[in-house]
Amino acid sequence: MAWSFDLDKPLYLQIVENIKLKIINGEYPPGERLLSVRELAAEASVNPNTMQKALAELERLGLVYSQRTSGRFITDNTLLLKNLRYQSAQQEMANYIEHMQKLGSNSQQAVDLLLEYLQNNKVIDKPVD
Amino acid sequence: MESYILECSGLRKSYGHKQALNGVDLKLPSGKIIGLLGPNGSGKTTLLKLINGLLTPTAGSLLIDGQAPGIESKKIVSFLPERTYLNDTWRVRDALRFFADFYADFDTTRADEMLNSLNIDSNARLKTLSKGNKEKVQLILVMSRAARLYCLDEPIAGVDPAARDYILRTIINNYNPEASVLISTHLITDIEQVLDEAIFIKDGQVLLHKSVDDIRFENKMSVDALFREVFRC
Repeated sequence: MAWSFDLDKPLYLQIVENIKLKIINGEYPPGERLLSVRELAAEASVNPNTMQKALAELERLGLVYSQRTSGRFITDNTLLLKNLRYQSAQQEMANYIEHMQKLGSNSQQAVDLLLEYLQNNKVIDKPVD
Repeated sequence: MESYILECSGLRKSYGHKQALNGVDLKLPSGKIIGLLGPNGSGKTTLLKLINGLLTPTAGSLLIDGQAPGIESKKIVSFLPERTYLNDTWRVRDALRFFADFYADFDTTRADEMLNSLNIDSNARLKTLSKGNKEKVQLILVMSRAARLYCLDEPIAGVDPAARDYILRTIINNYNPEASVLISTHLITDIEQVLDEAIFIKDGQVLLHKSVDDIRFENKMSVDALFREVFRC
């Protein structure tokens, strides 16, 4: 199966997150046409109604828009995409700090450890626009 | 008013003293994939046989698209029973021809495509096929009809995981948006990703009938986990 899910949580929310991520990392570029509900459902191996619900939620969030005859498209609102990326990054950092606190570090130590890690390990960056 | 493809009220079926269904009230909408989930002997197959007119109710009523089971309802219900009823000496294509002859809504091209994707030779005799391949042929026959209600009794029990994925994709892709699919199984983990709704049935009664995402949201667990909790032995 192409997409993997945590069956303890509603699938449509996981699909929303999954597509959000693909929009953020550019796998689905701004303005690009999305596959049809049925094609996406088949790709993800989920029910078309579940996919429909997820796309409706993405539309509500303004990340995709539909054009009556030609299908659904990824938003080309760059400000919105920038915000989305910023919010997701904030969430990742909150998770990092929370996990480090569980391991017994305070927030300053967590930052120091991160810098130390970057000094000692080669991290290969992908080009950033 | 919403229209239902299947409506049961106060449905009972007993075999002598044994109550197989004990007052089932159920309304199934169109356009959904619904899991009929229950332990062995809970009444799943009895319900499917009643829907298909293979049994008659002891009491209560059952309507398919507003009509009682009969010739008209059989035109719009496609049933996959647990056991095979096809003649073992036939070749696969004989079975296709039989279905095309029997059901006006049978699509031979669609059936051929599915046989191809699953690498099943249409010239092979049914008795030479493995158990799993025989099950696939039967499912292909049933899913190649343009029915309004598909009733699948344990459709994936005997096939390998790769074919299981293909079959689930087939179910997703092939049913038309107006049709509903009712799948009875106890292999819940394998199918819960494609379900819209789940029905839990126990001792001939419906314990629960809900959207699967509502189950996950309200109980914070998968349908499979809830099943294990509800039916703990």
